Amino acid sequence: MERVPVLKIGDILLVSIQIDMEDQVALQLQEDLADRIVATGCHGVIIDISALDIVDSFVGRTLATIASISRVLDAETVVVGMRPAVAITLVELGLSLPGIRTALNVELGMEMLRRPPGDDLAFADDDPAAVP
Amino acid sequence: MTANDGGRIPVASDQDVVRVRQLVRTVAVAVKLSLVDQTKVVTAASELARNTLVYGGGGTVEVSRADNGRRAGVRIVFTDQGPGIADIDLAFTDGYTSGGGLGLGLSGARRLVDEFDIDTAVGQGTTITVTKWCR
Amino acid sequence: MDIGRQAVALGSHEVSRFAELLAQHEDALVTTWTDQVAATLRGRLSAAELHRQTAELHKGFRSALEGGATSLDAEAAGELRALLGDLSTSRARQGFTATETATSVYALKDAVLRILDDNGGADATTLRDYLGFSAFVDRAGLLTFDAYVRAREELISDQAEQLLELSTPVVKLWEGVVAVPLVGTLDSARAQVVMERLLQTLVDTGSPYAIIDITGVPAVDTQVAQHILKTVVAARLMGADCIISGIRPQIAQTIVALGIEFGDIATKSSLADALRHVLRLTGEAARRGGPREG
Repeated sequence: MERVPVLKIGDILLVSIQIDMEDQVALQLQEDLADRIVATGCHGVIIDISALDIVDSFVGRTLATIASISRVLDAETVVVGMRPAVAITLVELGLSLPGIRTALNVELGMEMLRRPPGDDLAFADDDPAAVP
Repeated sequence: MTANDGGRIPVASDQDVVRVRQLVRTVAVAVKLSLVDQTKVVTAASELARNTLVYGGGGTVEVSRADNGRRAGVRIVFTDQGPGIADIDLAFTDGYTSGGGLGLGLSGARRLVDEFDIDTAVGQGTTITVTKWCR
Repeated sequence: MDIGRQAVALGSHEVSRFAELLAQHEDALVTTWTDQVAATLRGRLSAAELHRQTAELHKGFRSALEGGATSLDAEAAGELRALLGDLSTSRARQGFTATETATSVYALKDAVLRILDDNGGADATTLRDYLGFSAFVDRAGLLTFDAYVRAREELISDQAEQLLELSTPVVKLWEGVVAVPLVGTLDSARAQVVMERLLQTLVDTGSPYAIIDITGVPAVDTQVAQHILKTVVAARLMGADCIISGIRPQIAQTIVALGIEFGDIATKSSLADALRHVLRLTGEAARRGGPREG
């Protein structure tokens, strides 16, 4: 079985999924990441899915689970690089990936992780004073 | 028959689900579906093939080219000899699941294709036929 | 049609007689034929160009008949069919009417008739031959008509596609901000194209913000509103945020009347307001996230 490599860059774990994952590979990644977060003490995880030409509900669920597990382990997860066709399909499928933060590319994902969690300005109100 | 024309894949493990995705992609490209439509039909195939594996206890998936004289398309038939579906309406409800998933499999897959037929009876297994046409 | 064709169809003898006639009177035929066509086209094609075309057609007819083609479907008529197709396509693209195009072929009949007249008038056999030949030319005319219609349809669909391309520009407004000014009626197909183009531009430019300006959209129905909503949700899944600007009062009323939920999607009255909103957000981000170029 193939394994998805997990790279450590500073305080961030970077995962770039380059293969059409079997379900087992996805579950293995979920385990590997939890282990590496604890072993390295990293506070951020970036999962690059720009090479994935589809995300079905299984992969979507795995991503959501990874995000939840990392949050419990005090690490923020950002999923980056989702292709437009994949996003359109997910909307049609009805999968909204709740609880997952996303960014267009790795760079923007890293920028997002530098901001404190929960400070997602995208949903901030117009009035600067109202931003917590 | 080359992979471009489709083929038949027995589904018994999650590697087979990957194989189904790849074959559907090959045929979808060959009939010139748009990129978004390719993505939709491959995703639908992935959902339904996993259903065949998880709920139907395995089965077969047959992928072929479709042609109604005006447009080309991809047709996929999922067959299993599993327990069948007792309440189809319930199975199509968003959020309903009997297998611990997100419950988007059937209803979600139906939204991703142009034609969706289901033939099922308790104890007799399930056959689902879907078609995606070129726009 | 079949009965008619049987009655006046070309037999192999007639075919060879006509092949001979076409060969023998080539110059006179082509000249008369060209003059006839020139009269209908009223100088919109140069005489030399017309002459070249009729000479080519003449050659096509001649080689089809010499090959023994008793009908236009015969294998020997393949070259002629191709010629007729090309002629129709070029006429259609140059803006000639279908009648003008078909006349270019039918004029051959008059030219042939004149040759027959000059050679001692029509006896019963010649008349019968001529009817058969005339039916053959009629079929050729119909073929040009079919090809003409096909060429025009292609032209129209090409233009529709170009119009779609032109009418849905995605422009970069600021560092990290792209905008789609939508103008005109949005149907489902166009909304879909816009959606895909916008999302691809977000990826290509790495812009986390998109403004969809609908000032130029006269009306919104449920389907179009759904497409816009789906675009916004898809963009969010990819990590970008959309702001909708320029919602007119009537459209706001429609949206509410249709019961469409815009939820937590930011809406602004004008493109300027939307840009100001985004710049404030990115300014905030820069201030909080430390210095940032651009």
